[in-house]
Amino acid sequence: MLTRRDTMALGLGVAAVAMVPGVASASAVDDAISAFTGGAAVADGGVTINAPEIAENGNTVPIEVEAAGAVSILMLAAGNPTPGVATFNFGEGAGTSRAATRIRLGGTQDVIAIAKLADGSYARGAVEVKVTIGGCGG
Amino acid sequence: MSDVRPRIRLPRSAKAGDVVEVKTLISHNMETGTRRDGSGNTIPRQIINRFTCEYGGKMVVDMEMHPAISANPYVEFDVKVEESADFVFTWYDDDGSVYSETQAFEVG
Repeated sequence: MLTRRDTMALGLGVAAVAMVPGVASASAVDDAISAFTGGAAVADGGVTINAPEIAENGNTVPIEVEAAGAVSILMLAAGNPTPGVATFNFGEGAGTSRAATRIRLGGTQDVIAIAKLADGSYARGAVEVKVTIGGCGG
Repeated sequence: MSDVRPRIRLPRSAKAGDVVEVKTLISHNMETGTRRDGSGNTIPRQIINRFTCEYGGKMVVDMEMHPAISANPYVEFDVKVEESADFVFTWYDDDGSVYSETQAFEVG
């Protein structure tokens, strides 16, 4: 049974959650990674992310990912309302395992890349991008 | 969307076995589905959710896109060219539209 104090605490909790809308929870990032890897171990390193250290406009932030020998690369933005950004699957016509695009970042956050290598193992890279004006405003 | 226009940049020439850089851009709002209009109603999501490039019938890159891809999505990647063939670029819209662009490429 809920006491008055419990109700207050519950209300505070809801308020705290409501105050940070538009930020993916850590579990959403973990879920996206395990959906990609099938729960396999992910080694640190071996994935290069080129991004500006400071992005003035979060609406269009240039990002380049490269992982030698990767067959696909998952790109996530850990601080966006939903973490998914893109997945690059490289086919037999690809010259390298490199791709560049432009992405939206809602604020300063980590951009994470997970590469699936040809031998079936996974590698991870991450870089923090400071954003002056967020790219998720309405 | 009626104003969707693909643009492709390829190198002028290449030799057999070269790795060439391809740059693509398509004009598209990439509406995220989280924005609201002036009266507070959510604007429905409409993005390009997939982009593919094939060269000579071989898949080069098959990209899945989410709303975090900027408006007018730009994609750059590398292709190994062994012989002259066609590039086929395809973009898939949430509304079911498919935009396609074919460009012949000479390998000399």
